[in-house]
Amino acid sequence: MKEPFGALSLTKVCTMELLKKNKKIFFNIGLLVIFVWLLITSYSQSKRKPDNVGELLNDFSWLGGKWPKWLDLPLMKWINAGFKAINEKYGYIFEAINNFLLYILMLVKNFLIQAPWPLVILGVVVLTYFASGRKIGTTVFVGFCTFFIGFLHPVFWQKAIETTAIMLIGIFLCVIAGIPLGIAMARSVRTRNVVLPVLDLMQTIPSFCYLIPGIMLFGLGAVPAIIATFIYAVPPLVRLTDLGIRLVDKEVIEAADAFGASKKQKLLGVQLPLALPNIMQGINQCTMMALAMVVIASMIGTRGLGDEVLLGLQQLNVGRAAEAGIAIVLLAIVLDRITQSYGETLQERTSPAKKEKK
Amino acid sequence: MSKIEINNVYKIFGPKPHDVLEMVKSGSGKEEVLEKTGHTVGLDNVSLKIEEGETFVCMGLSGSGKSTLIRHLNRLIDPTDGEILVEGTNVMSLDTEKLIDFRRHKMSMVFQRFGLFPHKTVLQNVGYGLEMQGIEPEKRNSVSMEKIEAVGLSGFENQFPSQLSGGMQQRVGLARALATDTDIMLMDEAFSALDPLIRSDMQKQLLDLQAQLKKTIVFITHDLDESLRLGDHIGILNAGKLVQVGTPVDIIMNPADDYVEAFVKDVNRAKVIKAKVIMKPVNEANGIDKSNLIKVQEDQFIEEFLPQVVCTNSNCEVVDKQGNTKGYITNKELQHSLTKS
Repeated sequence: MKEPFGALSLTKVCTMELLKKNKKIFFNIGLLVIFVWLLITSYSQSKRKPDNVGELLNDFSWLGGKWPKWLDLPLMKWINAGFKAINEKYGYIFEAINNFLLYILMLVKNFLIQAPWPLVILGVVVLTYFASGRKIGTTVFVGFCTFFIGFLHPVFWQKAIETTAIMLIGIFLCVIAGIPLGIAMARSVRTRNVVLPVLDLMQTIPSFCYLIPGIMLFGLGAVPAIIATFIYAVPPLVRLTDLGIRLVDKEVIEAADAFGASKKQKLLGVQLPLALPNIMQGINQCTMMALAMVVIASMIGTRGLGDEVLLGLQQLNVGRAAEAGIAIVLLAIVLDRITQSYGETLQERTSPAKKEKK
Repeated sequence: MSKIEINNVYKIFGPKPHDVLEMVKSGSGKEEVLEKTGHTVGLDNVSLKIEEGETFVCMGLSGSGKSTLIRHLNRLIDPTDGEILVEGTNVMSLDTEKLIDFRRHKMSMVFQRFGLFPHKTVLQNVGYGLEMQGIEPEKRNSVSMEKIEAVGLSGFENQFPSQLSGGMQQRVGLARALATDTDIMLMDEAFSALDPLIRSDMQKQLLDLQAQLKKTIVFITHDLDESLRLGDHIGILNAGKLVQVGTPVDIIMNPADDYVEAFVKDVNRAKVIKAKVIMKPVNEANGIDKSNLIKVQEDQFIEEFLPQVVCTNSNCEVVDKQGNTKGYITNKELQHSLTKS
């Protein structure tokens, strides 16, 4: 009874050893198997294949000229089927997300719209004043920019607030997902190797490729715009968080270790505070990219400054489009100044080179 | 029992250190290993003992493994093979939690480029070790203030490190290490980044502090004068190997090999060698001209009585603290001892 079992476990151990030693070779063999499998399945699913496989070997004309019609990966079919299945089976999840995001959006939007406009400008001014480390010049400039958004066209004020509300929620999502992801990347090389290509994908894939499925999952309006903003704007934040943490002076980290800081103490007490200027830069980039999404999102029926641009173009009203464009630039300046100057204030304190000017 | 004991420690840097270990153990040199396997040998069979209350200086050129060695003591770097005992505890056997506890209470460290936290004030920096030990803010601050005072930085406690000069920053580093009141202090090229005047000043400060505190200090340096001044024992590393361990006089008088000899060649011997080291005991001192003798204490450095001897062209009589004659040094021997190399 004992013998075969022992032998079995022995072969098992041997295979494990073999697997471990030749990891790379097995990995490549695996990739090759997948490739062959893809070839075979796409061939068998193709409707335009020749009646008999033998024909391919007798007549090699398929090697020249045009790409043969039967050599076609049915990715489209698979994605459509998968998308449909997800939509049917898990639609309620997307609906819940939709309702939740809409609820928060309304909360933010209504609060800002119902507030008297001078009060909102005052709020922006006060925020800038403290974020910029009490720089009067920046504060006054930002105050005027905010004023001019409404001054350009009375409609723009509400539209700008709608846009800002969508952006704020998009950026909020970016921060709560992006910063932890950046931290995880800085901590483990393996995570970074997995996440980096995904970030590349998110940055290069054309935004309509996820805007349209967004509409199908969440319906027209603000929520797909928030999701699209998130996908478009989160990569720089993740990258800069990762970079910021990895750039913290190695000796400072060693010092924290040497005095017995736990992982959590090191992260919260040393790494994050020192990476903060970089993280703030990431949030700044995130904001700018989110704003770039606004016009595109207006094409899927999101209300805001973007739809003014779109309307102006549709009516061939160049002035209207330009006016709305300027309003977007003003909004960008306001948001950029606030986030940027906060990062600079932090940097002044933590950079060893600069000394206080007096 | 020694305070710190390092037994047959090997450290190999590279993707597969354990595969290369056998090769290193069988006696392959650093260059050979690098060429054949692409691995760097950091430490090659290092064993040494450091006694309680002494200052052990570890010396070598850059790349000799001295910084690697000191980081093994608090496991900032894990050895590839070997054993590290601190107060009889095998440091390698500690799990994460115990290791953190060990670092908090047993050892503190001073860094070459200071390793201060740029976002914390001097006071917070000095109190960092105490904060990690979980000590209340009030107590922490009072202890920190005490240490800031001890290193002569009173009045700067609310400044940020970037507002201080290099020498002052390293004083903060020193105060931070002193604040936790650990028995063992590791100093990794602590004064190498400072200019010569401040360095000499800091060395004196360390000697004064050490005279009161009697800590076990492991000091890394590439400066021979510094190691001779501070060290009770000196270990010399070359290419990851410990080539010689001894007192400063041992190293100067009997260099173990060419490498050490090249190191000590230019040193000012008169500053390091004491009278008792080169004297001939009374019973061997026949035929010495005793008509014209100068009395010197046995613990005096040659430097201190050399001018007198040269000017009067006389011989020396070495006495102990009670005034008993211990031996003699002839004028010729004295000159010989200074030029021998």
